[in-house]
Amino acid sequence: MEKNVTYIALFAALIAVLGLVPQISLASGVPITAQSLGVMLCGTVLGAKRGGLAVLLFVGLVALGLPLLSGGRGGLGVFSSPTVGFVIGFPVAAFVAGLVVEKTRAAIGLAAFAGALVGGVLVLYLFGITGMALVLGKSWPAASLLVGAYIPGDLIKAAMAGFITQGLAKLRPEAVLSRA
Amino acid sequence: MLTLTSPFETPLHRVPAGVKLAALAGLSVGLFSLQSLWMVLAATVGLALLYLSFGLGFARFGAAMLRPLWPFFLVLGLWHLWLGEWAAGLLIGARMLVAVGLANLVTMTTRLDDMIAVVERAAAPLARLGMQPRVLAVAIALVIRFTPVLMDKAQQLGQAWRARSAQRVNWRIVLPISLMALDDADRVAEAIRARGGL
Repeated sequence: MEKNVTYIALFAALIAVLGLVPQISLASGVPITAQSLGVMLCGTVLGAKRGGLAVLLFVGLVALGLPLLSGGRGGLGVFSSPTVGFVIGFPVAAFVAGLVVEKTRAAIGLAAFAGALVGGVLVLYLFGITGMALVLGKSWPAASLLVGAYIPGDLIKAAMAGFITQGLAKLRPEAVLSRA
Repeated sequence: MLTLTSPFETPLHRVPAGVKLAALAGLSVGLFSLQSLWMVLAATVGLALLYLSFGLGFARFGAAMLRPLWPFFLVLGLWHLWLGEWAAGLLIGARMLVAVGLANLVTMTTRLDDMIAVVERAAAPLARLGMQPRVLAVAIALVIRFTPVLMDKAQQLGQAWRARSAQRVNWRIVLPISLMALDDADRVAEAIRARGGL
């Protein structure tokens, strides 16, 4: 019980830290926000239920007014802005990513990559694009054009989530709860 | 940790959090049922005057919180100018501005403790489903405490990286940061159990 709560809380903090750390850049030096990487890791490392709850806790704290989203954004205004779909989709993305890792028998790195791809990219963008279409009063294809530029970066993050989950499974096999 | 609550005291700070949240919900629903451009523009002006009535410092803080919206105003502007439907674009943009501005107003005038108190009251019925409000309170406190702790550790890792490597810090640093989160979670769980558990 205690372990469940602390894992959920510390991973919620991890998402916040990954959104605030400015130093992460891709090989080419392009700065990226690693926040969605944090969401993917919650699912692939903690599994569907705990991962989803960790991200839900994070989103809840954003709603309460903590500036934990990348760029120091937060508060209730986030839920009226065009990016609302992504924030609401975060917990679902982690849940689905965790579910994929739990239900497949592939090697952990590969399963985590697949989970991050399905949950952290596919599901997340379904939510994100729908939210943007609703708030901006645009059609779904038009809204998807607006966010399309970010998809390649998130595909790369899914690969990173795979490598990092694999690394964690090697270093702390008992802590990777999605396969415990 | 820093919150988004405004340091400038306003009369709204003294209104109970639950009342503000209910008013926000009601006003947001009302706002999205407004179809007349002039009513939405009137609401925009009204909200701006409300912010200004709380002082210039408060209004400036509020404007800064709206800054992340500008790319969307740009997109809306270009889109609707291109289609020649400027009125529709103005309606959508102004409505978004008012909706976000109203929500920010609640965040800016409500202290974190008051928000957490509302959540705990709202979560109280969940106790019957086995979800103890105390557990939620501990989880919230842990995130608030450990975000700056983990942030410090991440920065130290970044410095260590730069001291030893000519390469720029890249995504590989996320692995040791995650490892620290896992190990901290284990240690905190042990500490809580040693003190009698949750």
